[in-house]
Amino acid sequence: MKYEATIGLETHIMQKTNTKMFCSCKYEYGAEPNTHVCPVCLGYPGALPVLNEKAITLCCKAGLLLGCEINPYSKWDRKNYFYPDMSKNYQISQYDQPLCLGGQLEVEVEGEMKTFTLERIHQEENAAKNTHASGASLVDYNRAGTALMEIVSNPCMHSTADVMAYMTALKQIMQYGGISDCDQEKGQMRSDVNVSVRPVGQKELGSKVEIKNMNSFAFIMQAIEYEIDRQIEVLERGGKVDQETRGYDSDRGETFVQRTKEDAHDYRYFPEPDLMPVKISAEQIEVWRSELPELPSQRRVRYVSELGLPEYDAGVLTADKAVSDWFESAMQHTANAKAVSNFIMGEMMRLLAGSGISIADSKVTPEKLAEIVGMIDAKTISTSAGKQVFEIIFNEGGEPKAIVEQKGMAQVSDDSALEGWADAAIASNPKAVEEYKGGKPAAINSLMGLVMKASKGKANPGAVMQMLKQKLDG
Amino acid sequence: MSESNQGMDVGYVARLACIDLTEEERGLFQGQLDQILHYVEQLDELDVSNVEPTAHAIPVYNVLRKDELGSSLDHDAVIANAPSAADGQIRVPKIIDQ
Repeated sequence: MKYEATIGLETHIMQKTNTKMFCSCKYEYGAEPNTHVCPVCLGYPGALPVLNEKAITLCCKAGLLLGCEINPYSKWDRKNYFYPDMSKNYQISQYDQPLCLGGQLEVEVEGEMKTFTLERIHQEENAAKNTHASGASLVDYNRAGTALMEIVSNPCMHSTADVMAYMTALKQIMQYGGISDCDQEKGQMRSDVNVSVRPVGQKELGSKVEIKNMNSFAFIMQAIEYEIDRQIEVLERGGKVDQETRGYDSDRGETFVQRTKEDAHDYRYFPEPDLMPVKISAEQIEVWRSELPELPSQRRVRYVSELGLPEYDAGVLTADKAVSDWFESAMQHTANAKAVSNFIMGEMMRLLAGSGISIADSKVTPEKLAEIVGMIDAKTISTSAGKQVFEIIFNEGGEPKAIVEQKGMAQVSDDSALEGWADAAIASNPKAVEEYKGGKPAAINSLMGLVMKASKGKANPGAVMQMLKQKLDG
Repeated sequence: MSESNQGMDVGYVARLACIDLTEEERGLFQGQLDQILHYVEQLDELDVSNVEPTAHAIPVYNVLRKDELGSSLDHDAVIANAPSAADGQIRVPKIIDQ
């Protein structure tokens, strides 16, 4: 029998705020444990939470970037559970009236455009970080109460390729939009994945299994693949897939049961009496909309239609916001988009990969690359000399013009100098001359090689070709 | 309110709230809570079909603060409040592996 998998994601994203969601403690990754805590985020009795305006703005802007409807009225709820990572014994979240409703992401999956729809985005607070030692657990409340939003997709994906494309696009949009850095190492983007399997043609979905709290894209892919295979195997044996929550053990490459539906948490949601609801006006939404940055998909279209770059280049340049910003800044100083693109995709990517630094910290600045491109366009230097200049600046720094002068890289286009080399080449290789005249145009290349060699690579190839043709044809 | 008409499973609610009850206490509270729920049920007699549900008793919205740093508690004072601590962290009985 053929089976089809259905997958939905609940992605938690930590927003880029200075302070926590409900108190003015600092959000800082890697700080000394329990140094950014106060009565609110430690859940002391009587402490009152107050909403962080920036977090609300970022959540709504994320919603606008993802095509959500901004809820004109939203409220706060308590999600009750006992776990040391939440000292109040409840998490403040949004149950029936979240900030953002609906939405969708359009992405290309293996050459095909697909639309993945969202159910909602709600705002909540992060839990503390637990580490488990033998016989005890240690809790650091620095992360407790930091701003966290949950983006809930519909069960609309059917393969790991779908999920990968969805997560990659989501991360890109959050980074472009300045909503979150989505640094997975720092736990700023984590997903719960719902997976179910049904025979192709069956209408209702199979029982869903939730795999909790994964931050690495690679592990998410592995967990989904394992889970799809496991569920198909259960069905093939004539068994029934249990609705349950599972964890993923990346060392063993397996999912394992965390809890079944029988003991699933009943969170006893009820309205949070300490927080007032939020009303958002149409005017406010328009102000936010006007502040939205250009998204990668929009940049890609513009690079192709306005700058004339191939689709491939546009895709590579916009994959990472830092690279795209760097490209944009170089384009302030030159009009030759393709040359800049070639340098970024070639020399820059290669050298960055070897050095481990980020493009923003490169000694080759956008201005310097524009200057190198300018010199190539003016035929002052050859393309290969331009690449050498780029690499020298990347490694040692310096100014393009000074390096060209210092290393004597300037190209020779001057006829009198070229003529001497051309005459010498023709005189020393009568065989090539004969072949060329006998109807083998490619023979001119060996003459060309001789001139380039004589000039130590400094002769302008275009000018040399013209000069040789003139002499042989004339 | 149909749930309250059937009464409330005190044992289940106590388990969710992590409260240990003896058989005797369960019976006692079951009776008391049924009485309270029955009392609240009088509200069912009112027609509220034209009343907007509210999330809060007073009509105040958008109580927000700027994303600006305030002061946090002194680390030693925080740890002093914990029944057990190690490495600057709060120490709790081992919780399930995540």
